[in-house]
Amino acid sequence: MSQRHLLALFNNFEDAEAAIYELRAADIKGFKFDDLTLKSPIEHHEVESVLGQRSANVQWFSLGGSLVGGLLGFFLISGSQANFYAQMKGGKPIVPFPPNFVLTFEMCVLGGVFITILGFLICAGLPAKRSPLYNAKVSEDQIGVLVKADESAMPKIKGVFLNHDVLEIQEEVSK
Amino acid sequence: MEKDTNESAAWTKRENESPIPKHERRASEKDIRESIAWAKINQDVLKSMETPRKLYWVILFFAFAAFSVGVGCEVYQYQNGMGVSNKNNPHAWGLYISTFIFWIGMSHSGTLLSAILHLMHADWRKPIFRFAEALTTFSLMTAGLFVMVHLGRLWQFYYSVPYPDERGLWPNFQSPLLWDAMAIFTYLSSSILFLYIGMIPDLAICRDHLHEGWRKNLYTWLSLGWEGTDRQWRNFRVTYLTIACFLIPLAVSVHSIVAADFAMSQQPGWHVTSFPAYFVAGALYSGCSAIITLFIILRYVFKFEEYMTLPILKKTVRLTFAIAMIWTYLNAVEFASVWYSHDQASKDVLIQKVIGPFAPFWWGMIFCGSVVPLTLAFKRFQTNIPVLFVVSLLLNLGMWLERWMIVAPTFSHGYYPWTWDHDQWPGFVQWGMVFASFGWFTMLFMGFCKVFPSVSMYEVKEMVYHRKLHLKKSETAEQGAH
Repeated sequence: MSQRHLLALFNNFEDAEAAIYELRAADIKGFKFDDLTLKSPIEHHEVESVLGQRSANVQWFSLGGSLVGGLLGFFLISGSQANFYAQMKGGKPIVPFPPNFVLTFEMCVLGGVFITILGFLICAGLPAKRSPLYNAKVSEDQIGVLVKADESAMPKIKGVFLNHDVLEIQEEVSK
Repeated sequence: MEKDTNESAAWTKRENESPIPKHERRASEKDIRESIAWAKINQDVLKSMETPRKLYWVILFFAFAAFSVGVGCEVYQYQNGMGVSNKNNPHAWGLYISTFIFWIGMSHSGTLLSAILHLMHADWRKPIFRFAEALTTFSLMTAGLFVMVHLGRLWQFYYSVPYPDERGLWPNFQSPLLWDAMAIFTYLSSSILFLYIGMIPDLAICRDHLHEGWRKNLYTWLSLGWEGTDRQWRNFRVTYLTIACFLIPLAVSVHSIVAADFAMSQQPGWHVTSFPAYFVAGALYSGCSAIITLFIILRYVFKFEEYMTLPILKKTVRLTFAIAMIWTYLNAVEFASVWYSHDQASKDVLIQKVIGPFAPFWWGMIFCGSVVPLTLAFKRFQTNIPVLFVVSLLLNLGMWLERWMIVAPTFSHGYYPWTWDHDQWPGFVQWGMVFASFGWFTMLFMGFCKVFPSVSMYEVKEMVYHRKLHLKKSETAEQGAH
């Protein structure tokens, strides 16, 4: 069965939330709940209660980035200092830890920030091509619910949206 | 008990007799009006990028003129050598390093407003944090220029890059100057990324509202195909929070390392334990004062009266006052540490500051940095825009003088009497560069505000949404109680 996209626009989050709850409860054949995407002009923390827990793994990139950055910084510095092994250091340590800590810290932050950004791009799926259905109103003041489902499921899904004061429904043209 | 009842009755009487209707009184105390439509927020901010007031062009013209002076001074210094700047021994650092520290300090504003207040859930920062982040980025860029200018031979910047020379020798990683270069690079790149990441949803709004032209292409490219999906928002929230957490210790480390440039050198008056804390407090102080100045300018130039409201200004002013008092305290600690130390040379430098040739500037610093901010304690001045504009400029003058008073007196009165030189006055080339730095910064900042949204549209929408939600809840609770 071929699948199509459908975008429903709502005036407020409450209507969109009610429609999503009903869609979830309706258990429509040919539609998987994970194929539903909410688009909004602001971040809605409440979205998790509607869509269920969906993970954000950016923090693991941050941890990895800061560890790699810190280790790289420390070994770069101490590696260059160890070049002077043959030289007289006047009893001072070849690799002095306290002054090296400063640059290690800076590299730790630098690695952390850079890899966090990389993690964000990967986890958020950016850069992305424009999705099949997009409406500029979603970045202004309306809430969009994008669903991907079998063609046979579309009438039922539309029916659910119409029950909840949907402002506009956009459908992908069949290929 | 009876006194309390009387006071309450008097307050109610005053409230009822007030000529301003109750709902308007409440509205004037709000950070933002909850009834602002989201579409209007987009419209107002996007309009600011198209048609600012004429003053915008006047500011840009003067900024360009000031920057041109600096270009002329730099060319002259480059062709004739550092001697023309009157930066000779013992005055090795002069105005260049003083102004470098001033601009580094200024950069702490963005971190304070964006990162620290974000972690503290202070949502009043939302309409003003974007320009504070831009202030951070551009002041760091300005500070970086002074390092180059100070070197004289620009190509010698190579020696502060962690890369070995042809004999396999690396730079000295134990030198605070190298720490400084690395810290500033880290802070600058992180600040640019923080500013950019926080702007992606707004860039998508700009993209959606333009139909053609170079701006449309720029925003399409920079917004990376953002569509505001739940997946994008979820990861965006974590990323923004994580970078904010990275930036706070980084900002503290940057100015502590700048303090280490001083504290680890062999000069009288700089071996004070409180130097890093003193530098960080000074940095936050100058950053806050700059925010007040730019708040007032942007509010007028871009017609942001509805977003950069007086209650938000009041909160910024109170924050500035608190930081001013911390700075004043740390200043006193620094003087006391020197005075009660057994280092006669350091004491002599302090005396030179107070009653010597630097006295007018030192007392100017005390006046601008510790006395002028007392006006901010008065409620009537906390929302008085002309007064606040003048006060914020004076505070920044005080902060600039502070940096100069850290650098110059110490060099003029070092450990060896035969190096003393109290009559040195920076040459016109140095003053020209200082003047030009304000022009360069203003050009970058005003250019940014014209091309990118200087008020975060999605954050203001969030602020309005949450406040409306809160209002609704309290009204429902009130009705339930009745």
